[in-house]
Amino acid sequence: MEGFTALYIFMLAAFTGYEVISRVPVILHTPLMSGSNFIHGVVLVGAMVALGKADPDEPLQLVIGFLAVFLGAANAAGGYVVTERMLAMFKTRKTTQGGAQ
Amino acid sequence: MTSNWFVNTSYFVAAVVFIIGLKAMSSPVTARKGIVWAGFAMVGATVVTFFIPGLNNIGLMVLAIVLGGGVAWWSGKIVKMTDMPQMVAIYNGMGGGAAAGIAAVELVKGVPHNAITSTLLVLGAIIGSVAFSGSCVAFAKLQGLMTKAIRLPQQNNINFFLTLLTFGVGLTVGYSSSPSGFEIFLFFALALALGAVLVLPIGGADMPVVISLLNAFTGLAVGFKGFVLGNPALIVAGIVVGASGMLLTQLMAKAMNRPIRNIIFSPITGEAVASDGTEVQGSIRDLSPLDAASLMRYGQKVIVVPGYGMAVAGAQHKVWEMAQLLEEGGVEVKFAIHPVAGRMPGHMNVLLAEAGVPYDKIFDLEEINADFAQADVALVIGANDVVNPVARTDKSSPIYGMPILNADMAQNVIVVKRGKGAGYSGIENALFYKDNCRMLYGSAQDVIGQVITHVKELEV
Repeated sequence: MEGFTALYIFMLAAFTGYEVISRVPVILHTPLMSGSNFIHGVVLVGAMVALGKADPDEPLQLVIGFLAVFLGAANAAGGYVVTERMLAMFKTRKTTQGGAQ
Repeated sequence: MTSNWFVNTSYFVAAVVFIIGLKAMSSPVTARKGIVWAGFAMVGATVVTFFIPGLNNIGLMVLAIVLGGGVAWWSGKIVKMTDMPQMVAIYNGMGGGAAAGIAAVELVKGVPHNAITSTLLVLGAIIGSVAFSGSCVAFAKLQGLMTKAIRLPQQNNINFFLTLLTFGVGLTVGYSSSPSGFEIFLFFALALALGAVLVLPIGGADMPVVISLLNAFTGLAVGFKGFVLGNPALIVAGIVVGASGMLLTQLMAKAMNRPIRNIIFSPITGEAVASDGTEVQGSIRDLSPLDAASLMRYGQKVIVVPGYGMAVAGAQHKVWEMAQLLEEGGVEVKFAIHPVAGRMPGHMNVLLAEAGVPYDKIFDLEEINADFAQADVALVIGANDVVNPVARTDKSSPIYGMPILNADMAQNVIVVKRGKGAGYSGIENALFYKDNCRMLYGSAQDVIGQVITHVKELEV
């Protein structure tokens, strides 16, 4: 990618990240950390491309690529399940409270 | 050409949805929707990747996704809420590992890159490897596989030279047109060692901050990999997480009044207190569950301070049962949560929410600290450093300056604790020696169970 375009994307993304989560309540710190952990699971896409472009006749490339995809998929799937479970708890509690009152 | 257009559009949409999802996750009302949206975006981005023309090894790819995704999905489903922090740590480490793996494939292939791309490739590889091995160490510590903070002699010098060496070897490998297999191997071995060495000495209340920092690192590594592969979705998602992760880390470090620099370079070890001879005065006394029950039952106001000990014992449901019993008897019960109680910020909130404690009974440090002076009982369950008054008084203490919950200001302090040893960080707690403090030894689960029985007896 062209160097300066990339630099602009970098800068804008950095500001976005900073802005998006400012003023988050403490109660959501853990789920939010977990959620952002899930989002960088998109590394899976990069790992798939790396494995897909690896030379099928080079075992070393295949092994590393396979590992990368494996780890990336684990990051995405695990991150999702754990975050969803944490946030589901908040939801359930809120509805029960609403029903009780 | 057509399918490339399709893939790129899909990536763009995914990136936008990730940002919206993250934004939604920062408010309790929309948080649940946020993760579901982001989940759809992730599935979409993964599926369209198969449409990129000219990809080989599709079978292998599917196998890796099924295996990796399956194992993580299953482990994420069965893990107890208490063990969440280490799961977040290990999944994060896997993301870092994947980023490092991408770099490794690129290096092994020996595709020539320009100077900027090579630099980012190497940076991403280092950061990803550090996040991977560092998270594995963090996981081992939180899972109890590794109990002590290990501080190497000359730790800071070792850190410094290892960092220098890793970057040196890395840049040599990155700029060389055809690095040998050994050079690449050496580079990754160094980077992985660096991550482990950085995290090994860190323990105690600093752990959550480190997990958050490693999370931000993985984000950055993913972003850098996006530059190398020319994939804007990776750049945007990675850098957004990197930046927000850094902010989150800063917020946590600020809550502890410990600059991130100190957390990494002068970790809390407890040695400082032990060596300079400022012994805590007084003696430790204990009391029976019956006494604890009557103190609370005949009090007006009880403040519960939960900590990691409660989480380990899985006692949050019992604690809430006890609180409800007391409230039926007309006692006001509040929960006070220190910003870094547990092993992750918000960890205690999650556990109490799981047990069914309403939001309006849970208070932050600033909200509740003034209340302790009017409380009849402060019930500290498995918390230690976050209520240690030396943080206010003893300049030589490693936790000096960290804001603490003023549990010691309450009329009576009851500390539920498993054994007589010092806390996770190894620092002696002056609170235990105070005149108004009594210890209730045992696992939180058993002890609170006994207290509940006695409270019920007192009703009759």
